[in-house]
Amino acid sequence: MKLRYLEMSVGLFVLLGIAALFYLAIQVSNIVEYRDGDTYEVIAYFDHIGGLKVRAPVTVSGVRIGRVSDIAYDPERFQARVVLAIRSGQDHLPADSQASIFTAGLLGEQYVGLEPGGDFEVLSDGDEILLTQSALVLENMIGRVLTNFSSD
Amino acid sequence: MNDDRVADTPHVVVEDLVFRRGRKVVFDGLSLTVPRGRVTTVMGPSGTGKTTLLRLIGGQLRPDSGRIWVDGEEVARLSTRRLYALRKRMGMLFQTGALLTDMNVFENVAFPLREHTDLPEELIRNLVLMKLEAVGLRAARDLSPAELSGGMARRVALARAIALDPDMILYDEPFAGLDPITMGQIVTLIQRTNSTLGLTSVLVTHDVVEALDISYHVVLIAEGRVMDAGTVEQVRAGASEWSKQFLEGRPDGPVPFHYPGDSYRDDLMRDRESGNG
Amino acid sequence: MADFLARLGRSGLHWLALLGRASIFLFRVLSAQDAVVRRFRLTLIEIYSVGVRSLLIIVVSGLFVGMVLGYQGYITLVNFGATEALGGAVALSLVRELGPVVTALLFAGRAGSALTAEIGLMKTTEQLSAMEMMAVDPYRRVFAPRFFAGFLSLPLLAAMFSAVGVMGGYIVGVGLLGVDAGSYFSQMQAVTDWREDVLSGVIKSIVFGFVVTWIAIFQGFDAEPTSEGISRATTQTVVISALAVLGLDFVLTGLMFT
Repeated sequence: MKLRYLEMSVGLFVLLGIAALFYLAIQVSNIVEYRDGDTYEVIAYFDHIGGLKVRAPVTVSGVRIGRVSDIAYDPERFQARVVLAIRSGQDHLPADSQASIFTAGLLGEQYVGLEPGGDFEVLSDGDEILLTQSALVLENMIGRVLTNFSSD
Repeated sequence: MNDDRVADTPHVVVEDLVFRRGRKVVFDGLSLTVPRGRVTTVMGPSGTGKTTLLRLIGGQLRPDSGRIWVDGEEVARLSTRRLYALRKRMGMLFQTGALLTDMNVFENVAFPLREHTDLPEELIRNLVLMKLEAVGLRAARDLSPAELSGGMARRVALARAIALDPDMILYDEPFAGLDPITMGQIVTLIQRTNSTLGLTSVLVTHDVVEALDISYHVVLIAEGRVMDAGTVEQVRAGASEWSKQFLEGRPDGPVPFHYPGDSYRDDLMRDRESGNG
Repeated sequence: MADFLARLGRSGLHWLALLGRASIFLFRVLSAQDAVVRRFRLTLIEIYSVGVRSLLIIVVSGLFVGMVLGYQGYITLVNFGATEALGGAVALSLVRELGPVVTALLFAGRAGSALTAEIGLMKTTEQLSAMEMMAVDPYRRVFAPRFFAGFLSLPLLAAMFSAVGVMGGYIVGVGLLGVDAGSYFSQMQAVTDWREDVLSGVIKSIVFGFVVTWIAIFQGFDAEPTSEGISRATTQTVVISALAVLGLDFVLTGLMFT
């Protein structure tokens, strides 16, 4: 029947559109991160963050456990304040863990790597990571090498 | 209800109507009445705004000043809801038929019924077939509007116009561009619709002979005013210079053959002067 | 000079009046939107003719655009030895820009011009006028369902365009050029944010759907009732829609991707 064909084709059309949106959400974008929703936030101060961006991955031993949720400059400490949103499941990080900014590959994006310490206390929401290591800035490194040479 | 009194009150009254389109004054103090239950013909030369008059009566246009009453209601002052209620009691036959091109003949006639009533499908079918039978096109119900000739389209449009059993039908140039046979059919249809359904009919046309045959009341308009009005006999007998020219179709008279402008001689002389200079 | 200024002023006033008419028209169409639900059958028919019938052109174009992106992206990235970033490049271009914009342009050409021509023809043949005289409101019967259909269809079509484009990029990048399938998608997921990229793209396409459908229906409604008038209105629909989409894209990009 004609009406039935009409209804079915419009239904299929809407279904395809929604399926495409789902595909974009799950296969193309990082909605998975939004889905496992609950995170807790820890703060780390860096002297220099290099090219770190909001949404950059936070990893432990190379395994992704969260992302950078905010970057701001703290005028009192003269440092960059980076907020790390870590999945609630990963609640066993020792309080004296170290956060470093690394680069994936030579030209790849920058991310925050955590190295667990030995403390029995664990990081929880609002805590600060005291041990940090800034991003390597190429110019600074070259400069340091050159001063080393000249002082020799 | 006193039937005589109702029959005596005019169906449409137009009073001191002024209507402008841009700078052009289409109507300049037009007044006329349309008697109830009869065929009234509004005639006039092309371009005198006869179609505009129908649109004003139907409330699609608003007058700049003056008033129009239909069935005792002042059209320009009605709310949209009341205007739509009034239009349901009014049918209009457009010159081209104005059938909805995405539906077949049957659905076109059924359109007003489906839009305005909740009648069961069976009843709609019966009504539509009845209206189509009245215009002699019952067998053409599955055709699409594109397959119809001009005369057939107009007949379908007539069936659609009477689908809701209105009190009044407005005909916009119902005879324009038809061959003599089709024209005869339309004339008969209008006459029959009017007499069997007791409708008020308003015809707007410049086809004098056909219109006068079936009319009771005639209004002649030109230059935005009513030139002559009355029953057919009155107008024929009275015969002002103007109506004589129009009814007999003389090329020149009060309505000039030439579009108003400077004299021909001046025009030619100017051309020569500018050519020399 | 004075003549030029006078003409400029007159065309300025002309455009101003046009914008005014278009806004009043939009207001009346929007206030007739209750008809979309009440006359659901009509809405279905319009979604069919506006959306379903644009499906093929959108899907095929999306596939080709994705394939071209995959190829061009590969050629650029291979210089840096970073071909694993291909997935991200293809997905971001599609989801943020090409999906909404190209779909809106194709939609204006395919469905917008058809809407204009259809409504213009209805006006020319006095069908709209006849409806009014039959006490049927054309805003409810004709414009409102068409407007809703366009408004709904474009975001869905844009999503399909982007999704198919990602697959097109996959076919070329992974299938033909040998990029690693895993890194194609993982890189894509790493750089494409659901809220900032995908949803922003969807918002763009919703805005485009609104504007393109508005332009198309209004052009038909406002067309001079002659055959030249309709053909001019149809051309105008495509031209104005294209300019509006590209201009709005710039503004929206500025607003959303800071």
